[in-house]
Amino acid sequence: MKEALELLCRVPAHPDSRCWFLAWSPGGGLLASCGGDRLVRLWGREGQGWSCRAVLGEGHQRTVRRVAWSPCGSYLASASFDATTCIWKRQEDGFECVTTLEGHENEVKSVAWAPSGTLLATCSRDKSVWVWEVDEEEEYECVSVLNSHTQDVKHVVWHPNQELLASASYDDTVKLYHEEEDDWVCCATLEGHESTVWSVAFDRSGERLASCSDDKTVRIWRRYKPGNEEGVACSGTDPTWKCVCNLSGYHTRTIYDVAWCHLTGALATACGDDAIRIFEESASSDPQQPTFGLAAHVPRAHSQDVNCVAWNPKEPGLLASCSDDGEIAFWKYQRPEVC
Amino acid sequence: MSLVLGLLSHTLNRVLRYSGLRRGCHAPRHQAMEQDKALEVYDIIRTIRDPEKPNTLEELEVVTESCVEVHEIGDDEYLVIIRFTPTVPHCSLATLIGLCLRIKLQRCLPFRHKLEIYISEGTHSTEEDINKQINDKERVAAAMENPNLREIVEQCVAEPD
Repeated sequence: MKEALELLCRVPAHPDSRCWFLAWSPGGGLLASCGGDRLVRLWGREGQGWSCRAVLGEGHQRTVRRVAWSPCGSYLASASFDATTCIWKRQEDGFECVTTLEGHENEVKSVAWAPSGTLLATCSRDKSVWVWEVDEEEEYECVSVLNSHTQDVKHVVWHPNQELLASASYDDTVKLYHEEEDDWVCCATLEGHESTVWSVAFDRSGERLASCSDDKTVRIWRRYKPGNEEGVACSGTDPTWKCVCNLSGYHTRTIYDVAWCHLTGALATACGDDAIRIFEESASSDPQQPTFGLAAHVPRAHSQDVNCVAWNPKEPGLLASCSDDGEIAFWKYQRPEVC
Repeated sequence: MSLVLGLLSHTLNRVLRYSGLRRGCHAPRHQAMEQDKALEVYDIIRTIRDPEKPNTLEELEVVTESCVEVHEIGDDEYLVIIRFTPTVPHCSLATLIGLCLRIKLQRCLPFRHKLEIYISEGTHSTEEDINKQINDKERVAAAMENPNLREIVEQCVAEPD
């Protein structure tokens, strides 16, 4: 039987170091990676394999934890343990660091661009989430510092088409924020995980959110607006995010990342047990209580913890993963016929 | 004598395996293997120096042979669990000791493994907080990029001459 998840190639992307995170460019042609070697590398397809097209060095003094492309693909933001975020601009012959965003007290753990491209969010071990506004002169101004979490903030991600921000934390919760009368406020707290929440991902519609945790579970949360037919209680005008599915018993160690493919709906996870797993929603599943089944499982996808999984935004089934072993792996996923 | 016993157990193990009687990790050979690995782990950590005192963790009984547990979790892959005992219940250096254990094993342990480090139950006032912190690899990685912390850890894990 053909494997549902087939290895295409491996690249020693950050040798003798850790590869923390991967981000596909909006057009899907380039993959950015970052790691413990303080570098950002860009990868492009070459024949059957992938080759390094650029190395973005000299921007950071410490580990680069995450990278994010602007929606137009002309900018790349990198978040580092050196407490700064660099903005790199695409030039004719590579990328140049044009701005360094300072303000966090210590490690910046994540950075994300809003779909409009005019807002940027960062988060840090200093427990805060910052929202930055970008003007036409490429000036970045911090418009809000959100101190809702009580611990280290691990990840920030924007809703796919609204100005709604989600953050995951060491305090075991996920929080959501939106702008209200010119100020950013926390509008929901998602409680349920029993340990650090490492990552969150919206589905294509943005009506659902997946979160993964040190408690070895993935939870799926669904948005219920005030006055919803299902009778889920909401406070005031804010929607409620209710946990509608808990994927437990599949992972044997911390789950570091979750990625929801916006082309196919497949849900991939990166786990500290070195495995990659892919879940599919059952066709007959009840939207209020969806069931997800394990469609693919590669036990030793990497030789050490898998830190990130990233679906290509244009090519269905193309998945990239990276690990503590410093490698990037490229995979082809084909949904099994029976699942 | 041990060689003979080893051969015997090897043969027995094969017979059991082929007869389908072998019961995975409960087989005596596996237990022996796990014990060997545990000793290997202990040998690496016992010489770590205390961040504050001129003694090793073994001398201070922060770690003992029995504080290391090893379980086979896959083909040639092991889960290593260490439960250490800080010298005093409010010892602020407990996090640092955890960091030293993790760094030294990360560098020196020759077999494929996953590592969990805990403070032995009831020996520290902020046990859960410390356990969470020293098992968060992102926090550990960041701590090791702090020059001051790194220097202390390097001194503690340096092999004695």
